[in-house]
Amino acid sequence: MALARVNAVIVGAGAGGGIVAQQLAEAGLTVVLLERGKWYTAFDCRKDDLHNQRTSVLGCAFGPDDERYRRVVVDPDGKQRVVVPSDGAYSNNAACVGGGTFSYGAMAWRYLEKDFRLRSTYGAVAGSTLDDWPISYQDLEPYYTQAEWELGVSGDDTPNIFKGPRSRPLPMPPLPPSREHLILKAAAERLKLHPFDIPMLRNTVPYNGRPSCMRCRWCVGFVCECGAKTGTHNTVIPLALATGNCTLRTECEVKEVLTNEQGRVTGVAYFNERGRLEEQLADLVVVAASATESPRLLLNSKSRLFPNGLGNRHDWVGRNLQGHAYAGAYGLMETDTYDDLGPGASIAICDYSHGNPGLVGGAMLCNEFIRLPIHAAMLRPPGVPVWGAAHKAFMRNHFNRWMAVQGPVQEMPVFEARLQVDPRVVDAWGIPVARLSGARHPQDLEVANYISGKAAAWLKEAGATSTWPKLPGKGLSGGQHQAGTCRMGNDPKTSVVDRYCRVHDVANLFVVDCSVHVSNGGFNPVLTLMAIAYMASEHMVQAWKGTGMRG
Amino acid sequence: MQMAVVATATGPMVSCIGTSNPWRCLSEDEARTLEALVDRIIPADQDPGALWAGAANFIDRQLTGPYRKLQKTYRLGLTGTHETSVAMFGKRFTALTPEQRDEVLRALEKDQAPGETWKQTSAKQFFDLVVSHTMQGFYGDPRHGGNRERVSWKMLRLPYPPVRGRQAYDLTKTS
Repeated sequence: MALARVNAVIVGAGAGGGIVAQQLAEAGLTVVLLERGKWYTAFDCRKDDLHNQRTSVLGCAFGPDDERYRRVVVDPDGKQRVVVPSDGAYSNNAACVGGGTFSYGAMAWRYLEKDFRLRSTYGAVAGSTLDDWPISYQDLEPYYTQAEWELGVSGDDTPNIFKGPRSRPLPMPPLPPSREHLILKAAAERLKLHPFDIPMLRNTVPYNGRPSCMRCRWCVGFVCECGAKTGTHNTVIPLALATGNCTLRTECEVKEVLTNEQGRVTGVAYFNERGRLEEQLADLVVVAASATESPRLLLNSKSRLFPNGLGNRHDWVGRNLQGHAYAGAYGLMETDTYDDLGPGASIAICDYSHGNPGLVGGAMLCNEFIRLPIHAAMLRPPGVPVWGAAHKAFMRNHFNRWMAVQGPVQEMPVFEARLQVDPRVVDAWGIPVARLSGARHPQDLEVANYISGKAAAWLKEAGATSTWPKLPGKGLSGGQHQAGTCRMGNDPKTSVVDRYCRVHDVANLFVVDCSVHVSNGGFNPVLTLMAIAYMASEHMVQAWKGTGMRG
Repeated sequence: MQMAVVATATGPMVSCIGTSNPWRCLSEDEARTLEALVDRIIPADQDPGALWAGAANFIDRQLTGPYRKLQKTYRLGLTGTHETSVAMFGKRFTALTPEQRDEVLRALEKDQAPGETWKQTSAKQFFDLVVSHTMQGFYGDPRHGGNRERVSWKMLRLPYPPVRGRQAYDLTKTS
């Protein structure tokens, strides 16, 4: 049964979808926002160290669930297995209103100017589809500012001499430093590095009607108990609903994007919260379901005019799956450094983001977010037994004198690191699931080694008596920072969407999530996605002519 | 009258609760072996260990929930541990001295444990599984059946409840 037609249907109420919903609804378009998960609140913060988005050994607190969802993962040696969301190989991002922004760590990075033109900076990299973005830092700068002020970002990156120019400072100051912050700051300054306070989507003073951070240590992976952490669920989505133009429907699983004989999209078919198949017709469709679920939906939307799925005329949908190759080091200090003051990560350097001899790209380095006893118990320095009296004594003696510094290594996009739809395995609704295959580029591991060494040097200067490395594996990347699978570009033959996130050969279909990232920066990607969402929304509103899109 | 209601409501489960076995998934023998294992993985010293903290209870409980799919692995693994123990010392695992138990654990860890069962399942994989689940049952949240009286958090000198800031946080002064 078809529901009343609207102007726009948006698939996914996360970082991208939430912003687009607000912008379109405020411009007067009627909007239906579909979300496969639920709308959780602060009361769902159970502070459960085994059942959350970061440590999901007993399940993912904010979805998706292990009962209805699955994926197929193909190992580099060709062996395939079916995985559930609580398994790391699934590459999960949360399924709830707010998406990843509901329970993330909330770092709000602007990519650096060079991050948008890696190909012109470093040249071609063998085995990689590395390219420049069709937009520059300068193009995105006004929208970064818009995201920082409308949503609310705290921090102080003034000492970061590597950042691109800002048109406006951040709206909120950083939190007072923790003990670890002070030690690392002094050490970085002695090393002639440029430490600064990480920009965060977290209130440090009352902002937008929400209070400031209460500095609990249970931040990343959990919902904020006092609403100080900023996501789309407590900013733009309520604003979208307040216009009266936007309807949010939760627990809706979208099956496919519908097309007509003119090669345009006409809406989506989805299973509602009772499992009934519905059709929501719309003048334009925005797919904002994540860098794994968006390509899956496009590939599952096959028709006579689009036999390989939407946007996939040149076989680029689902390609170049990236995340971040996290690298860093752990250090043992002589005295207690842990003061249990949240949110954890607070100080960073961008000295190794670019310009590393013989290497392409690099990473920002910062202190670690969260260290609960269960995390520390599973991370042991080389030589410390994994069980028995010695392991227990190590935990007792060192838990409070342990530091970690790490950063997201910018990955080289690989064409064969990809997502397809599996020919056999389906989810609980009978929809073919994502099939992930491929591996990281070898260069990522070289950079990771280098970055890990720099992290160890920082920790040693800070007084670490011993350090040991944290290095990424060779396998396929993805995870919460998943990106790259519907690349943005000017050439329809080597990309999926244009600079405004419009699918090249379908005038009224947009993809607005990290799928469009050409490369993923050496930073947490969410603020860049938010800026892109503001830019794409502005374009949609300008191109809107009452009943459809121009062009 | 109330008794009758309870009996009716739990009808299909009578076979489970009708015995004196207090464990949810494991047999009493299996549970005793598991308790002896977790006791060596995190032994008691000046602070209580995983046995007292209820790590075996945590595992038993999760085997009826999120770890359902591991029931067979545990049954096989605990049978294998028994076989290795008999092969190495001629006694069941629970009858060994702590030092002998550690030797059995090291044999499992090295994947060099004698026993028929280890021909169909990996001793090393079972060992790794029990170690990580014991860590969860000792260091994880008490609500899941382990970490009795948050003993590990006390050992690490961490405040509990884990809501640092809440005590000092006055919502009326902000927003």
